[in-house]
Amino acid sequence: MAEKPDQTGKKLGMWLFLYTEIILFGGLFVLYAVYFSWYTPDFILGAKQLDLGFGLANTVILLVSSFLVAASITAVQKNQRPFALTALAGALVCGAVFLVNKYVEWGHKIEIGIFPGSEKLLDGPAPQNLFFGLYYVVTGLHGIHIVIGMVLLGVSFFLVLCRKITAQDDAVLDNCGLYWHLVDLIWIFIFPLFYLVV
Amino acid sequence: MAHASHIFSYKTLGLALGALLVLTGVTVGASYIDLGWINVWIALVIASTKAGLVLVVFMHIKSAGKGVVVSFLSTVCFLAIMIGFIFWDVAFR
Repeated sequence: MAEKPDQTGKKLGMWLFLYTEIILFGGLFVLYAVYFSWYTPDFILGAKQLDLGFGLANTVILLVSSFLVAASITAVQKNQRPFALTALAGALVCGAVFLVNKYVEWGHKIEIGIFPGSEKLLDGPAPQNLFFGLYYVVTGLHGIHIVIGMVLLGVSFFLVLCRKITAQDDAVLDNCGLYWHLVDLIWIFIFPLFYLVV
Repeated sequence: MAHASHIFSYKTLGLALGALLVLTGVTVGASYIDLGWINVWIALVIASTKAGLVLVVFMHIKSAGKGVVVSFLSTVCFLAIMIGFIFWDVAFR
Protein backbone atom coordinates (compact mmCIF):
# COMPACT_ATOMS: atom_id res chain seq x y z
CA MET A 1 0.00 0.00 0.00
CA ALA A 2 1.30 3.45 -0.92
CA GLU A 3 2.34 5.77 1.87
CA LYS A 4 -0.45 8.02 3.05
CA PRO A 5 -0.02 11.67 2.04
CA ASP A 6 0.66 14.19 4.83
CA GLN A 7 -2.93 15.28 5.45
CA THR A 8 -2.19 16.99 8.76
CA GLY A 9 0.52 19.24 7.33
CA LYS A 10 -1.66 20.29 4.40
CA LYS A 11 -4.56 21.13 6.68
CA LEU A 12 -2.44 23.05 9.18
CA GLY A 13 -1.03 25.13 6.32
CA MET A 14 -4.53 25.97 5.16
CA TRP A 15 -5.67 26.97 8.63
CA LEU A 16 -2.63 29.24 9.06
CA PHE A 17 -3.63 30.98 5.83
CA LEU A 18 -7.23 31.29 7.05
CA TYR A 19 -5.99 33.11 10.19
CA THR A 20 -4.48 35.83 7.99
CA GLU A 21 -7.86 36.18 6.29
CA ILE A 22 -9.58 36.49 9.67
CA ILE A 23 -7.18 39.27 10.68
CA LEU A 24 -7.67 41.00 7.30
CA PHE A 25 -11.45 41.18 7.66
CA GLY A 26 -11.11 41.66 11.43
CA GLY A 27 -9.21 44.90 10.77
CA LEU A 28 -12.02 46.14 8.52
CA PHE A 29 -14.63 45.19 11.11
CA VAL A 30 -12.72 47.17 13.76
CA LEU A 31 -12.71 50.19 11.43
CA TYR A 32 -16.45 49.76 10.95
CA ALA A 33 -17.05 49.33 14.69
CA VAL A 34 -15.16 52.50 15.66
CA TYR A 35 -16.93 54.66 13.05
CA PHE A 36 -20.23 53.06 14.02
CA SER A 37 -19.68 54.02 17.66
CA TRP A 38 -18.81 57.59 16.63
CA TYR A 39 -21.53 58.14 14.05
CA THR A 40 -24.29 55.72 15.08
CA PRO A 41 -27.30 57.74 13.74
CA ASP A 42 -25.70 58.24 10.30
CA PHE A 43 -24.70 54.58 10.05
CA ILE A 44 -28.28 53.59 10.88
CA LEU A 45 -29.56 55.91 8.13
CA GLY A 46 -27.00 54.40 5.76
CA ALA A 47 -27.98 50.83 6.64
CA LYS A 48 -31.66 51.63 6.06
CA GLN A 49 -30.78 52.41 2.44
CA LEU A 50 -29.45 48.88 1.92
CA ASP A 51 -31.84 46.23 0.65
CA LEU A 52 -32.43 43.65 3.40
CA GLY A 53 -33.92 41.25 0.83
CA PHE A 54 -30.64 40.97 -1.05
CA GLY A 55 -28.64 40.59 2.15
CA LEU A 56 -30.96 37.90 3.49
CA ALA A 57 -31.11 36.01 0.18
CA ASN A 58 -27.33 36.00 -0.07
CA THR A 59 -27.03 34.77 3.53
CA VAL A 60 -29.32 31.81 2.79
CA ILE A 61 -27.53 31.10 -0.50
CA LEU A 62 -24.10 30.99 1.20
CA LEU A 63 -25.34 28.79 4.06
CA VAL A 64 -26.83 26.31 1.59
CA SER A 65 -23.62 26.35 -0.47
CA SER A 66 -21.54 25.65 2.64
CA PHE A 67 -23.81 22.70 3.43
CA LEU A 68 -23.34 21.39 -0.12
CA VAL A 69 -19.55 21.66 0.08
CA ALA A 70 -19.52 19.81 3.43
CA ALA A 71 -21.86 17.18 1.93
CA SER A 72 -19.51 16.73 -1.04
CA ILE A 73 -16.68 15.83 1.37
CA THR A 74 -18.90 13.25 3.10
CA ALA A 75 -19.89 11.90 -0.33
CA VAL A 76 -16.24 11.53 -1.40
CA GLN A 77 -15.51 9.67 1.83
CA LYS A 78 -18.42 7.35 1.14
CA ASN A 79 -17.27 6.84 -2.46
CA GLN A 80 -20.49 8.42 -3.75
CA ARG A 81 -18.77 10.30 -6.58
CA PRO A 82 -21.86 11.38 -8.56
CA PHE A 83 -23.40 12.94 -5.46
CA ALA A 84 -20.13 14.68 -4.60
CA LEU A 85 -20.05 16.18 -8.10
CA THR A 86 -23.70 17.24 -7.89
CA ALA A 87 -23.14 18.90 -4.50
CA LEU A 88 -20.06 20.77 -5.77
CA ALA A 89 -21.93 21.90 -8.89
CA GLY A 90 -24.78 23.08 -6.65
CA ALA A 91 -22.34 25.07 -4.52
CA LEU A 92 -20.90 26.67 -7.67
CA VAL A 93 -24.40 27.67 -8.79
CA CYS A 94 -25.00 29.20 -5.34
CA GLY A 95 -21.78 31.21 -5.70
CA ALA A 96 -22.85 32.44 -9.13
CA VAL A 97 -26.32 33.44 -7.88
CA PHE A 98 -24.67 35.30 -4.99
CA LEU A 99 -22.56 37.30 -7.44
CA VAL A 100 -25.55 38.07 -9.67
CA ASN A 101 -27.44 39.35 -6.61
CA LYS A 102 -24.45 41.48 -5.68
CA TYR A 103 -24.28 42.85 -9.23
CA VAL A 104 -27.96 43.82 -9.20
CA GLU A 105 -27.65 45.29 -5.69
CA TRP A 106 -24.55 47.36 -6.50
CA GLY A 107 -26.00 48.32 -9.89
CA HIS A 108 -29.09 49.78 -8.25
CA LYS A 109 -27.00 51.68 -5.69
CA ILE A 110 -24.80 53.13 -8.41
CA GLU A 111 -27.88 54.06 -10.45
CA ILE A 112 -29.28 56.18 -7.61
CA GLY A 113 -25.92 57.89 -7.15
CA ILE A 114 -24.56 55.96 -4.18
CA PHE A 115 -20.99 55.02 -4.99
CA PRO A 116 -17.52 56.10 -3.77
CA GLY A 117 -16.85 59.66 -4.88
CA SER A 118 -20.41 60.29 -6.13
CA GLU A 119 -21.83 63.83 -5.84
CA LYS A 120 -24.69 62.58 -3.70
CA LEU A 121 -22.31 61.12 -1.10
CA LEU A 122 -19.77 63.95 -1.25
CA ASP A 123 -22.48 66.61 -0.76
CA GLY A 124 -24.31 64.61 1.92
CA PRO A 125 -23.25 63.99 5.53
CA ALA A 126 -19.63 62.80 5.73
CA PRO A 127 -20.35 59.76 7.98
CA GLN A 128 -22.76 58.33 5.41
CA ASN A 129 -19.99 58.60 2.83
CA LEU A 130 -17.86 56.61 5.30
CA PHE A 131 -20.60 53.98 5.71
CA PHE A 132 -20.95 53.40 2.00
CA GLY A 133 -17.18 53.50 1.50
CA LEU A 134 -16.85 50.67 4.02
CA TYR A 135 -19.84 48.90 2.47
CA TYR A 136 -18.19 48.84 -0.95
CA VAL A 137 -14.74 47.89 0.36
CA VAL A 138 -15.94 45.09 2.65
CA THR A 139 -18.57 43.56 0.34
CA GLY A 140 -16.24 44.06 -2.65
CA LEU A 141 -13.35 42.29 -0.94
CA HIS A 142 -15.75 39.56 0.13
CA GLY A 143 -17.00 39.30 -3.48
CA ILE A 144 -13.42 38.78 -4.69
CA HIS A 145 -13.14 35.96 -2.14
CA ILE A 146 -16.32 34.41 -3.56
CA VAL A 147 -14.77 34.45 -7.03
CA ILE A 148 -11.55 32.84 -5.74
CA GLY A 149 -13.61 30.30 -3.78
CA MET A 150 -15.58 29.43 -6.92
CA VAL A 151 -12.36 28.86 -8.84
CA LEU A 152 -11.17 26.54 -6.06
CA LEU A 153 -14.49 24.67 -6.04
CA GLY A 154 -14.29 24.38 -9.83
CA VAL A 155 -10.81 22.87 -9.55
CA SER A 156 -12.08 20.45 -6.90
CA PHE A 157 -15.00 19.47 -9.14
CA PHE A 158 -12.58 18.74 -11.97
CA LEU A 159 -10.26 16.72 -9.70
CA VAL A 160 -13.16 14.64 -8.34
CA LEU A 161 -14.26 14.07 -11.93
CA CYS A 162 -10.74 12.86 -12.88
CA ARG A 163 -10.60 10.68 -9.77
CA LYS A 164 -7.66 12.69 -8.44
CA ILE A 165 -9.61 13.42 -5.27
CA THR A 166 -10.51 10.16 -3.59
CA ALA A 167 -11.54 8.91 -0.17
CA GLN A 168 -7.84 8.18 0.52
CA ASP A 169 -6.57 11.59 -0.55
CA ASP A 170 -9.11 14.37 -0.24
CA ALA A 171 -6.88 17.11 1.22
CA VAL A 172 -7.42 19.40 -1.79
CA LEU A 173 -11.20 19.19 -1.54
CA ASP A 174 -10.99 19.60 2.23
CA ASN A 175 -8.85 22.74 1.95
CA CYS A 176 -10.94 24.27 -0.84
CA GLY A 177 -13.96 23.54 1.35
CA LEU A 178 -12.32 25.24 4.33
CA TYR A 179 -11.74 28.36 2.22
CA TRP A 180 -15.38 28.39 1.08
CA HIS A 181 -16.64 27.98 4.65
CA LEU A 182 -14.44 30.89 5.78
CA VAL A 183 -15.98 33.08 3.08
CA ASP A 184 -19.39 32.05 4.46
CA LEU A 185 -18.18 32.73 8.01
CA ILE A 186 -17.15 36.27 7.11
CA TRP A 187 -20.54 36.93 5.47
CA ILE A 188 -22.24 35.75 8.69
CA PHE A 189 -20.72 38.85 10.33
CA ILE A 190 -21.06 41.22 7.36
CA PHE A 191 -24.82 40.60 7.11
CA PRO A 192 -25.89 41.87 10.56
CA LEU A 193 -23.26 44.63 10.66
CA PHE A 194 -24.35 46.25 7.43
CA TYR A 195 -27.93 45.17 6.82
CA LEU A 196 -29.44 44.76 10.27
CA VAL A 197 -28.32 47.92 12.06
CA VAL A 198 -31.28 49.57 13.80
CA MET B 1 -9.53 5.49 10.34
CA ALA B 2 -7.76 8.82 10.10
CA HIS B 3 -10.12 9.79 7.31
CA ALA B 4 -13.32 8.58 8.84
CA SER B 5 -12.82 10.99 11.73
CA HIS B 6 -13.85 14.05 9.75
CA ILE B 7 -16.98 12.66 8.18
CA PHE B 8 -20.26 14.07 9.36
CA SER B 9 -23.39 12.26 8.23
CA TYR B 10 -25.71 14.06 5.79
CA LYS B 11 -28.24 14.20 8.62
CA THR B 12 -25.85 16.07 10.95
CA LEU B 13 -24.92 18.48 8.16
CA GLY B 14 -28.60 19.01 7.36
CA LEU B 15 -29.44 19.70 11.01
CA ALA B 16 -26.60 22.24 11.17
CA LEU B 17 -27.95 23.95 8.04
CA GLY B 18 -31.42 24.03 9.59
CA ALA B 19 -30.07 25.57 12.79
CA LEU B 20 -28.11 28.17 10.79
CA LEU B 21 -31.24 29.15 8.81
CA VAL B 22 -33.32 29.41 12.00
CA LEU B 23 -30.64 31.60 13.63
CA THR B 24 -30.63 33.81 10.52
CA GLY B 25 -34.39 34.22 10.96
CA VAL B 26 -33.92 35.03 14.65
CA THR B 27 -31.28 37.67 13.96
CA VAL B 28 -33.49 39.35 11.33
CA GLY B 29 -36.49 39.21 13.69
CA ALA B 30 -34.46 40.63 16.59
CA SER B 31 -33.37 43.58 14.45
CA TYR B 32 -37.00 44.74 14.26
CA ILE B 33 -37.20 45.10 18.05
CA ASP B 34 -35.55 48.36 19.08
CA LEU B 35 -33.50 47.71 22.22
CA GLY B 36 -30.89 50.40 21.62
CA TRP B 37 -27.26 49.35 22.01
CA ILE B 38 -28.31 45.82 23.07
CA ASN B 39 -29.32 45.12 19.45
CA VAL B 40 -25.70 45.16 18.32
CA TRP B 41 -24.73 42.65 21.02
CA ILE B 42 -27.66 40.35 20.20
CA ALA B 43 -26.62 40.40 16.53
CA LEU B 44 -22.99 39.65 17.43
CA VAL B 45 -23.89 36.82 19.81
CA ILE B 46 -26.12 35.17 17.17
CA ALA B 47 -23.44 35.66 14.48
CA SER B 48 -20.82 34.11 16.79
CA THR B 49 -23.10 31.14 17.48
CA LYS B 50 -23.57 30.64 13.74
CA ALA B 51 -19.82 30.94 13.21
CA GLY B 52 -19.29 28.29 15.89
CA LEU B 53 -21.69 25.91 14.13
CA VAL B 54 -19.90 26.41 10.80
CA LEU B 55 -16.51 25.85 12.46
CA VAL B 56 -17.48 22.70 14.32
CA VAL B 57 -19.76 20.97 11.80
CA PHE B 58 -18.90 22.25 8.31
CA MET B 59 -15.19 22.92 8.92
CA HIS B 60 -14.88 19.99 11.37
CA ILE B 61 -12.21 21.94 13.25
CA LYS B 62 -12.03 19.36 16.05
CA SER B 63 -10.78 16.62 13.72
CA ALA B 64 -7.99 18.93 12.48
CA GLY B 65 -6.21 18.37 15.78
CA LYS B 66 -5.35 20.25 18.93
CA GLY B 67 -2.80 22.44 17.17
CA VAL B 68 -5.45 23.91 14.89
CA VAL B 69 -7.98 24.40 17.70
CA VAL B 70 -5.42 26.18 19.91
CA SER B 71 -4.03 28.33 17.10
CA PHE B 72 -7.55 29.26 15.98
CA LEU B 73 -8.51 30.33 19.49
CA SER B 74 -5.24 32.28 19.70
CA THR B 75 -6.17 34.13 16.51
CA VAL B 76 -9.58 35.02 17.97
CA CYS B 77 -7.87 36.18 21.19
CA PHE B 78 -5.48 38.32 19.17
CA LEU B 79 -8.43 39.86 17.34
CA ALA B 80 -10.17 40.52 20.68
CA ILE B 81 -7.02 42.20 22.04
CA MET B 82 -6.76 44.32 18.89
CA ILE B 83 -10.42 45.36 19.13
CA GLY B 84 -10.14 45.95 22.89
CA PHE B 85 -7.06 48.15 22.69
CA ILE B 86 -8.38 50.18 19.76
CA PHE B 87 -11.63 50.90 21.62
CA TRP B 88 -9.63 51.74 24.73
CA ASP B 89 -7.61 54.21 22.72
CA VAL B 90 -10.68 55.67 21.03
CA ALA B 91 -12.62 56.00 24.31
CA PHE B 92 -9.92 58.02 26.10
CA ARG B 93 -8.93 60.43 23.36
